[in-house]
Amino acid sequence: MRILIAALAAFLSIHAPAMARDWDEVVDKARGQLVFWNAWGGDERINAYIAWAGDQVQARYGVTVQHVKLADTSEAVARVVAEKAAGRDDGGSVDLIWINGENFAAMKRNNLLFGPWTAEAPNYRYVDTENKKTTTVDFTVPVDHLEAPWGMAQFVFMHDTAHVKTPPTSILGLLEWAKANPGRFTYPQPPNFLGTTFLKQALIELVVAPAALQAPAADIAENTAPLWAYLDALHPLMWRRGEVYPQNGPALQRLLDDGEVAIALSFQPAEASGLIAQGKLPDTVRTFVLNNGTIGNTNFVAIPFNANAKEGAMVMANFLMSPEAQAHKQNPEVWGSFTVLDVERLPEDSKAAFQNLELGVATLSPGELGITQLEPHPSWVAALEAEWAKRYASGK
Amino acid sequence: MVTLLLLLGPVVAGLLGTVLPAFGYLPALGRATFSMAPWQALFASPGVAESIRLSFVTGLAVTALSFTVVILFVAGWHGTRSFAWVQKLLSPLLSVPHVTVAFGLAFLLAPSGWIFRLTSPWLTGYDRPPDLIIVQDPDGLALIAGLVVKEIPFLFLMTLAAIGQVDAARVRTMARTMGYGAIAAWLKAVFPLVYRQIRLPVFAVLAFAASAVDVSVVLAPSTPPPLAVQLVRWFNDPDLALRFVASAGALVQLGLVVAAIFVWWLGEHVVACLGRIWIRAGSRGRRDFPLRIVAAVALSASFLAAFLGLASMALWSIAGRWRFPDPLPSQLSVNAWTANADRLTTATVNTATIGIAAALVGLALTVGCLENEARFGRRATNRALLLLYVPLLVPQIAFLFGTQILLVLSDLDGAWIAVAWAHLVFVLPYVFLSLADPYRAWDERYARAALCLGASPVRVFCRVKLPMLLRPILVATAVGFTVSMGQYLPTLFAGAGRIDTLTTEAVSLASGADRRAIGAYALLQMTLPFIAFGLAAAAPAWLFRNRRGLLVTA
Repeated sequence: MRILIAALAAFLSIHAPAMARDWDEVVDKARGQLVFWNAWGGDERINAYIAWAGDQVQARYGVTVQHVKLADTSEAVARVVAEKAAGRDDGGSVDLIWINGENFAAMKRNNLLFGPWTAEAPNYRYVDTENKKTTTVDFTVPVDHLEAPWGMAQFVFMHDTAHVKTPPTSILGLLEWAKANPGRFTYPQPPNFLGTTFLKQALIELVVAPAALQAPAADIAENTAPLWAYLDALHPLMWRRGEVYPQNGPALQRLLDDGEVAIALSFQPAEASGLIAQGKLPDTVRTFVLNNGTIGNTNFVAIPFNANAKEGAMVMANFLMSPEAQAHKQNPEVWGSFTVLDVERLPEDSKAAFQNLELGVATLSPGELGITQLEPHPSWVAALEAEWAKRYASGK
Repeated sequence: MVTLLLLLGPVVAGLLGTVLPAFGYLPALGRATFSMAPWQALFASPGVAESIRLSFVTGLAVTALSFTVVILFVAGWHGTRSFAWVQKLLSPLLSVPHVTVAFGLAFLLAPSGWIFRLTSPWLTGYDRPPDLIIVQDPDGLALIAGLVVKEIPFLFLMTLAAIGQVDAARVRTMARTMGYGAIAAWLKAVFPLVYRQIRLPVFAVLAFAASAVDVSVVLAPSTPPPLAVQLVRWFNDPDLALRFVASAGALVQLGLVVAAIFVWWLGEHVVACLGRIWIRAGSRGRRDFPLRIVAAVALSASFLAAFLGLASMALWSIAGRWRFPDPLPSQLSVNAWTANADRLTTATVNTATIGIAAALVGLALTVGCLENEARFGRRATNRALLLLYVPLLVPQIAFLFGTQILLVLSDLDGAWIAVAWAHLVFVLPYVFLSLADPYRAWDERYARAALCLGASPVRVFCRVKLPMLLRPILVATAVGFTVSMGQYLPTLFAGAGRIDTLTTEAVSLASGADRRAIGAYALLQMTLPFIAFGLAAAAPAWLFRNRRGLLVTA
């Protein structure tokens, strides 16, 4: 009899609405925890959003969030790797990482991630895994519920209409434009992600066999040859003749604001509008994409295997996926990062929060954003960055 | 003894923690065999030769330039009214962190900087910033300029201190009466005495300029960057194999500094030989007016650039819209302050608490050493002084790698106390150097008199010596505080990215972000030392408001 009850209990605990109960437990445990959220800290607006989200979670769940500002996400990955090597299997110093692409692939490959857990987070059910494929496949690598999506990103170009009447519509068109306007374009120096994305965008348009990019990097020299030929032609026509590069997106935007360049890059379709509203870009700046589409991906947060405050990190991640946090984030005056949720499926009042948002003066509508190109396999990133450094960053 | 251990312990242990991985040995990362692979990987990595060349040339160029300007200026103008005036400008510049000055210079000189804004389009004809490579130029000229501007005040101060010790005024007057021109008199008679005293500071400048990371992030080229910057990148790479490469590179960085010092030492000998010939020739060098002007112009230009740069950052911190080529912001806004209020506060609190702690501990250790020396008559030898300089001569990056491993192993990384200790290693030498002379110069007869009146040694120390030395003690503490403020790499490595100070925050914004935010951090970086030195000056004045004797002697 006792065995039967135990068996029944075990059965129930699997099939009962396990989620809600487990999640309550998570929330209970999370209270009072201190979460070190390692996130890229190079953008003031994003930092402000992270601070806001931390305050919300503090007020609602008693979880304290400290933003550890990284110059590059790989720093946090390196710390977890080092901790694993040193045998620190719990009490790690990183609780939550803003991550995607090759950093996620590396952590997943080396079993450095906690989970799978995202399906347990109540707000995950609103995530649009149907139409936003990149919420489940990160740079061709299956997410497997090891990281929680919290923002959509699409590669876009910004141009100052005071200097650019008709923006180019393709990567080759950009070269033509640069010939007519030497010194007015540049991209952040790889391995900065925006700069690397520019390389990938160019590669996608120039590569002979695009399918090769969706698989682990192979025949690298052949596949990338057109890219290097393109860059060899482009660099002498760039800002500072390609001898100096801005180090990241905000630096590039500053060049656009100063009028040093006329075309800049962004990974957030609404960023131009937000920066105009803040007086950090002239109101003549607009956004454009290329005819064949631009690269799009999803931003995630993941929890390292040895995180000290896993529950707190999960609560934070769940809050980041909430309609409220997502709508706040999509507001161009706050950040302007598009939601990962399926707005149609949301409760009415949450839906309204999204529908009341204005796009902003320089933001393209989802229709105008056009086709989303998939990110190449992460192994291409390392190959491109290494070759780029060899060709363009090893002195004369 | 304890002081030395606290000071050199981390350096030696850290160096060891760098040497072993450089040869492939780091059991914590699962490598327990020695190999040369890190070295092969290091020399195979693209651009490393250029990185090394850049660091080497920068170190020597910065030292030679700032040294020449300082020596020529002091030689040409010592004892004049303008000299006293320049002396007054010294401390504000000295107390501002390197990276702040570097930012200021970038804000000032870049094609979209203030100078072009002030002169465009009416003078230059530009309505958009010209496409000129000024900042981050591949030859590193901007980097050299940025470091020179900051090292001139430092060498200047060190030269002033040395002059005080060698009775330069009388020697110079003697030479002048023999008919030598101002510069010739000083160079021939005073310089040989002074140089011996400032040799270690000169080496410290050389070591710093060849391995600075924070200034390089702002002003140095990035294709490729100077060696130290590249090393930090490798160290932070998720690919652990690169840590071994970084460790090997850190030893190259150390060798590079040693080599640069060796080249300087050769130069010393050449200059000494030529100098002796020049002295023996007996030329009076009376027509040195043009040279004096050149020295004055060079020095004023560097001071002016630094101050204008700082001013432009202060302006940016309250700028709203400020498009090129407007000479001034078209709107003002406190947004940079309000939007960053939390982070500015955290960083300021961290900076202040760590700085105060490091300065006070450094002060206690220094006073302990000096008091010990005074009571037992053990005078620090030149060799001991050299030990004090070790943390300033060994490139930080060469031992911080190793130190960080030790901190991780002892679970101290990212702790406030670890950062404070790391700062102490660099704070202590400066506190010692600034306090040693006044402390040793204190007239022991006061103590003897007090002892004869029946006071205990402790009472003598507390009631007589400390009050009389209060002013130099407070100044030394303020110096320690500002040294702590400026530390970038030690904060980064010991703090594991968790402890943000004004300097780390500013550098993390460096590579681009908003000038307004950088301006806000920079303004605080200027304000804190100002407060520290202000307190150091005001406290004795207030405490001794009815002790006229103490006011005068200090």
